Amino acid sequence: MIAEAGLALLWFAAALALLQLFASVMTLVAGQSEAELGDVVRPAAIMQGPLVALSFLMLMWLFIRTDLSVLLVASNSHSAKPFIFKLAGTWGNHEGSMLLWVTVMALSGSLVALVERRLPERTMIATLAAQAFVSLGFYAFLLFSSNPFERLPTPVPEGNGLNPLLQDIGLAFHPPTLYIGYVGLSVAFSFAVGALLTREVGPAFARAMRPWVLGSWIFLTIGITAGSYWAYYELGWGGWWFWDPVENASLMPWLAATALLHSASVLASRDALRTWTIMLGVVAFSMSMVGTFLVRSGILTSVHAFAVDPERGSFILALLAIYIGGALALFGARASTVNEGKQFSLVSREAGLVFNNVALSAILGIVLLGTLYPLLTEAFDTKVSVGPPYFNPVGAFFAIPMIVVMAVGPLLRWRRDSFDRIAKALILPAVLTVGVIVGAVVLAPGIGILPLLGLALSIGLGIASLLPLLGRNLLRTPLATWGMVVGHFGLAVALFGMASESAFSTEKLVAAEIGDTVEVGPWSIELAGIEPVAGPNWTAIEANMIARYKGGHPVSLHPQSRNFTQPPMTTSESALSTRWNGQLYAVVGEEGGDGRWQLRLWWKPFVPLIWFGGLIVALGGALALLGRVLGDIRKAHQVRRIAERREDNPLGDAMPEPAE
Amino acid sequence: MSTALKPKHQRLVLVILALVVLIGAALLAIWGLRGQASYFYVPSDIASDPPEPGRAVRLGGMVQEGSIQTLADGVTVTFVVGDGEATVPVRYTGITPDLFVEGSGVVADGRLAADGTFVADSLLAKHDENYMPRELEDMSEAQAKAVVAETTAK
Repeated sequence: MIAEAGLALLWFAAALALLQLFASVMTLVAGQSEAELGDVVRPAAIMQGPLVALSFLMLMWLFIRTDLSVLLVASNSHSAKPFIFKLAGTWGNHEGSMLLWVTVMALSGSLVALVERRLPERTMIATLAAQAFVSLGFYAFLLFSSNPFERLPTPVPEGNGLNPLLQDIGLAFHPPTLYIGYVGLSVAFSFAVGALLTREVGPAFARAMRPWVLGSWIFLTIGITAGSYWAYYELGWGGWWFWDPVENASLMPWLAATALLHSASVLASRDALRTWTIMLGVVAFSMSMVGTFLVRSGILTSVHAFAVDPERGSFILALLAIYIGGALALFGARASTVNEGKQFSLVSREAGLVFNNVALSAILGIVLLGTLYPLLTEAFDTKVSVGPPYFNPVGAFFAIPMIVVMAVGPLLRWRRDSFDRIAKALILPAVLTVGVIVGAVVLAPGIGILPLLGLALSIGLGIASLLPLLGRNLLRTPLATWGMVVGHFGLAVALFGMASESAFSTEKLVAAEIGDTVEVGPWSIELAGIEPVAGPNWTAIEANMIARYKGGHPVSLHPQSRNFTQPPMTTSESALSTRWNGQLYAVVGEEGGDGRWQLRLWWKPFVPLIWFGGLIVALGGALALLGRVLGDIRKAHQVRRIAERREDNPLGDAMPEPAE
Repeated sequence: MSTALKPKHQRLVLVILALVVLIGAALLAIWGLRGQASYFYVPSDIASDPPEPGRAVRLGGMVQEGSIQTLADGVTVTFVVGDGEATVPVRYTGITPDLFVEGSGVVADGRLAADGTFVADSLLAKHDENYMPRELEDMSEAQAKAVVAETTAK
């Protein structure tokens, strides 16, 4: 019954989406005369959220009970799996993760319909029409080609289990955070389409869209950071970014969202970059769709591609073509009707933001081409793979100037400024950047050019990013400014970690007997023993290592090589020891047959700063979002008070509107 | 000062600048891809038309029965990869993937050394039925028979 109820709820929500689309399109076409029909648009959108969420809870319940009469549970779960993985296993498969996507989408649709009252009602109805149109595609995808509630004709005695690589606490957080990010961009897309349809592209639209872009950007940042750390310790390869197509699929929406975030800021406060912001809104959502297509179509093979099914791939490709093609056609038809915004001089904060927007778009294009190139050549029967030798230098070509502008831009004033005014403030970061380059070349001559520039720029950016606070009363600085400062500083921290990892990592690969001591960097590690251990659904051999940093206090490490029984598979569980200045990373391999064990050890100075920096960036976003939302609430409150005062004293002088 | 520009002109200038940068990025990307993409080879390709030594390529095929040997340092393995028509000796230093066994498929990233040995930087093995290097999936379909015939004949 649970499965049937879940499916029924999903159908009901899809019907409401159809109603939402119909009513909003009719209202838009008919104009004011159909106001009654317009009244059902918001309630229809609001109801979908709870319905789909309930449907998702039904699926979770099926997984918790391990109901083996349901196909999805039988093929992806197992009764002996720990509870948390039964729960997280709900979205550790194709159908479940698509249901999660639709759930997040419906909930955010509800939230938009519930809280957004600032835009003209026609624009809101157009926005909700676009939202309903996008949702319908995903409902159709779920109901017609990925039904999560499908029953088996006869229940099976035991399930197939979950891919062991996914049996990690990361699974509980990584997909939901990324999906919230992806879906938030669909809301930004709907706003862009709504504003374009009703010719309302202006600061009010940017202010309504901005919290959604910020919110989804925060979640994308956290999702990417968490995914990177997860890959780092779970795969046992010691790397934190592999330019794997699936990683790129999450990076591309992030790049587009970063650009959109900044251009929406310009539009909201300066009324410039109107068409560009709309374009980025379309591109950002396109990138989440491309990401979903790449990951879910089975066109790529990776731990993320749960099922290879050409029908599903074609379905997503068709959705992609309809949404993106439709949006671009609308953009082409309407772009010329969008008025030019305010102008600005070549040296101004706007110009800096434009520069970085273009650089971000260039990097986005480079990543996109590099990701699609192997797929394109495969169509011509040439198999290639594209990796770091392409992405790192070509991406850095645009990333480095962007970081320089990032250090300077926030110091510039809006509209018009001069370099002379800010030159003095920039002396310190510039001198430090040059100092680090000279110092590194002298002290560590073998250092590569990219890590060298990364180290130097991270120091310069770190200092420069704090300069906007100079001379301000810190308590009275707006939260949004704090958000910018913290976000930019976080990027400098992450950049330092990345550069340090690639410049200073040391690696040791040895076959060691029990009792042997291995030196790696400042550490000496003794292999004290190897023991078999067992978990709930796996057995493993576990190494007992005693590590000392420069002969200091001993730390014990226990890397494992795990054998899962259901499905049969072996994984390496790395062991980490974190210090303030880096991380020791240990992996144990096979026994060589002569009593020696393969050990792989890395000392990675400052590597945790990569993820720590990522989290600081997300914190900056959260501060900015909080500042914006509080500001909106305060303003709404002010408007209400003025309206009340007017009612009390209708003959009094007209009150001025509150300042923006 | 650019205030002399009319808004329409300013927009035009911005659009042109953005286009120039983006086209530049695309050209740079294409140039980078031509130089840096590593091509996929099966052993018979290497036999007929070997890549120049030192160029980054991928090699895919079946690990031949009885060919895996661990060298004295305990962490370097040598093995032979075949596709039913030709074979290539491979050397790899590192912890081998979990399902790296004889008679199973493997994809090696690396380069051909001057002596004809393929030096691998990384190995991808078939993880389970859901996770298999894509190149191998196709190859094993087309050439599985030949591989089976060869490995059983030995």
